[in-house]
Amino acid sequence: MLIPCPWCGDREDNEFSYGGASEVVYPQDPEVADDAAWAHFLFFRPNPKGPLPERWVHTAGCRRWFSLVRDTVTHEITPSSRGEGAP
Amino acid sequence: MNEPHPHPDHLWRNPDPKHSYDVVIVGAGGHGLATAYYLAKNHGITNVAVLERGWLAGGNMARNTTVIRSNYLWDESAAIYEHSLKLWEGLSEELDYDLLFSQRGVLGLAHSPGEMREARRRVYANRIKGIDAEWLTPDEVKAFCPIVNISPDLRYPVMGGALQRRGGIARHDYVAWAFARKADATGVDLVQNCEVTGFDLEGDRVAGVQTNRGRIAAGKVALCAAGHSTILASMLGLDLPIQSYPLQALVSDLLEPVLNCVVMSSALHVYVSQAHKGELVMGAGMDPYNSYAQRGSPSVIEYQLSAALELFPIFARAHVLRTWAGVVDVTPDASPILGLTPIENLFLNCGWGTGGFKATPAAGWVYAHTIAHGSPHALNAPFTLERFTTGALIDEHGAAAVAH
Repeated sequence: MLIPCPWCGDREDNEFSYGGASEVVYPQDPEVADDAAWAHFLFFRPNPKGPLPERWVHTAGCRRWFSLVRDTVTHEITPSSRGEGAP
Repeated sequence: MNEPHPHPDHLWRNPDPKHSYDVVIVGAGGHGLATAYYLAKNHGITNVAVLERGWLAGGNMARNTTVIRSNYLWDESAAIYEHSLKLWEGLSEELDYDLLFSQRGVLGLAHSPGEMREARRRVYANRIKGIDAEWLTPDEVKAFCPIVNISPDLRYPVMGGALQRRGGIARHDYVAWAFARKADATGVDLVQNCEVTGFDLEGDRVAGVQTNRGRIAAGKVALCAAGHSTILASMLGLDLPIQSYPLQALVSDLLEPVLNCVVMSSALHVYVSQAHKGELVMGAGMDPYNSYAQRGSPSVIEYQLSAALELFPIFARAHVLRTWAGVVDVTPDASPILGLTPIENLFLNCGWGTGGFKATPAAGWVYAHTIAHGSPHALNAPFTLERFTTGALIDEHGAAAVAH
């Protein structure tokens, strides 16, 4: 699988580390979040069969984080962004 | 080595689905078939359908590396896996089918002082629980499995190994077919090419499933779909703490007997045994990204093979015959979810991740109990969905053996 780093271009996937689904939002009001809200933040992530917005870091390259959308069936990647949509 | 079991033309009927069942099991892999068998045998429930979107046992049951062991760290896991191992020990007779179950020993290697401490802790934890476990020095590793390279010059030298002599392998297809044949004989309908596309809800209660072969009413619905569990649950608005990853494996060409046991090295991301036919069966580490593609990255196989060659120089002239991947359902604590759901009459068995094959009989046994009684068996009571909210996790990342 070739991953398009927005700074370095297409590189083999073993140069990268996976950050999982993007747009995981920290509880807005942590002091009032209940157990269910914390559980959801800590342990529950989208797991779609199809397009998945996700985070990668170019560990063996420029070491910068970025987001992209990858199809979990075809591994087809739509163009990545330079950090938009963080974290 | 034993001759494979001679096969008749058909081991089960291939019925069309009826309009209604007491229990509908979604997924005819090993766990689904075992569940159907034990529902009939232990609980007398036979008005049961097992629905399978593809062909019987064609998912992870056809893709795993068949390792069986019970040397897990925590009481909860060790109890259910040991129950499984004890069932395995009588399963060929029970199912009247030679499963080629071979207790040749499972040897887990340690390559660093940290791993050694962890492995020995697990050996002692197992022995307290009455599960057989031994710690082997590098020389004892060599004596038990002569082809392991124990040279101290290795990049990751063998510093010892944890051995479970009762561990081993079985022929995965035969296991599925044996459960299927027995379940079918009791009247259970095994319905292939029948994909669940939705669920019928009546309030907070599930009342049936919609499939590509029509609607099927169900008193109870039992999900048993491994890597596709979150897809099914999402049709019900139910979130699961599960991520689906590719787990790769490969086989070599057929060789003379060279490897007498199962060897695992979680630090090097390789585990290997030699099947009865003669091929080396090797599993790799998990690919690190979500995928349903049933294939992974070549770099994972390359890394696995480089480790295997260092540990087993004799493999250098073997050829890779084929590689593949299964879609494994991984939970945050590397332990399964097996029990009730917030939806009445809906039951859940998933999250076995990289190690579900060895649990096949026990998972079927306790899942059948849970479905029949509407409450968990003592062995699966800790493996709730709620534990991710209450915090009562069962952290088995160390014993799961495949690096996550």
